[in-house]
Amino acid sequence: MSAASTHAGAEQDRRPHDPYKLGRSAHGHEHGEATGHGEGGPASKRIITGYGFWIFLLSDIVMFSAFFAAYAVLAGETAGGPSGHDLFDLQNVAIETALLLTSSFTCGLGSIATQRRKMLQTQLWLLVTGLLGFAFVLLEFREFADMIAHGIGPQRSAFLSSFFALVGCHGLHVSVGLLWLGTMMAQLWVKGFRPAILRRLLCFNLFWHALDIIWIGIFTIVYLIGSGL
Amino acid sequence: MSDRDEAEPADAWDAAPGEENANLREPVSGLGGYILGFALAALLTAASFYFAGSNLVWRPSIPMLLAVLAVAQMGVHLVFFLHITTGPDNTNNVLALAFGILIVVLVVFGSIWIMAHLNHQNISPSEMMQHMR
Repeated sequence: MSAASTHAGAEQDRRPHDPYKLGRSAHGHEHGEATGHGEGGPASKRIITGYGFWIFLLSDIVMFSAFFAAYAVLAGETAGGPSGHDLFDLQNVAIETALLLTSSFTCGLGSIATQRRKMLQTQLWLLVTGLLGFAFVLLEFREFADMIAHGIGPQRSAFLSSFFALVGCHGLHVSVGLLWLGTMMAQLWVKGFRPAILRRLLCFNLFWHALDIIWIGIFTIVYLIGSGL
Repeated sequence: MSDRDEAEPADAWDAAPGEENANLREPVSGLGGYILGFALAALLTAASFYFAGSNLVWRPSIPMLLAVLAVAQMGVHLVFFLHITTGPDNTNNVLALAFGILIVVLVVFGSIWIMAHLNHQNISPSEMMQHMR
């Protein structure tokens, strides 16, 4: 009997016996197991949805790259007006960065709570994410309103046009993300952890993290390098 | 006894057919992955803000240093938060990412390159007419 079981174990080492789990075994020996490849069976809807949303995010990033290119080309064209060095308050930017990075982290904690099917924890982390994101939008709005009140609006120079277009577009994305976040909290609360809701939550997570990636580019290129010009 | 499935310990990763559990085997998933990613990202951000205003490094090199730190932080976000890894379920995502990076690099550096040349060789219309005769 023990010989039979060791024999079975050895066979399992060579090739995992995986009749219905379709490659989702945790026992290693990965090759040929991935869903959507060979014997791995069809890819789950979650993977396909994630892939599709990832392609949307990449196209969004490509759109942002055009705004970045415009800013990089026009950063010196101040038309006698203020430059980035005169305008940017790096302390404010540091606070904004901390808010957005922390909200990305709490969003990830929310996704872990979702994996564990903990409703209250998920809602709590989503709420924290939303509050941090809202504080970020508020700070950015205050910065913009302050500049425009001093006559330093987007019409002042090509530099400021590209600045407001790039940073404003990111702020708009965060605002839309906040609306989406509220919708997701309500849907999750009413409908529970259904597969469709879980996929939407996955997409929201990807969106929120991607916004943080774009913010890395903004605070580096626009604010840090721009204030040194 | 002959059914070796009975001997297999039931574990947390067991999934019913059709259940949608992706990326559970990824090396950087779970709480530890997020905490590590957050710590690395915070460290890189702090380094960016510190070096931007410091005299510790040669000043003309600071923009390049900041760019390197930003790219590193984007990498951290991709791996630890977006879970773009080398796992088998991620092949398509990685390829799409590679294509996206190609387009972004072409758009940004192509624009900077072309516009720098245009600025450099700025010719007024009257001069242009003379060149064309």
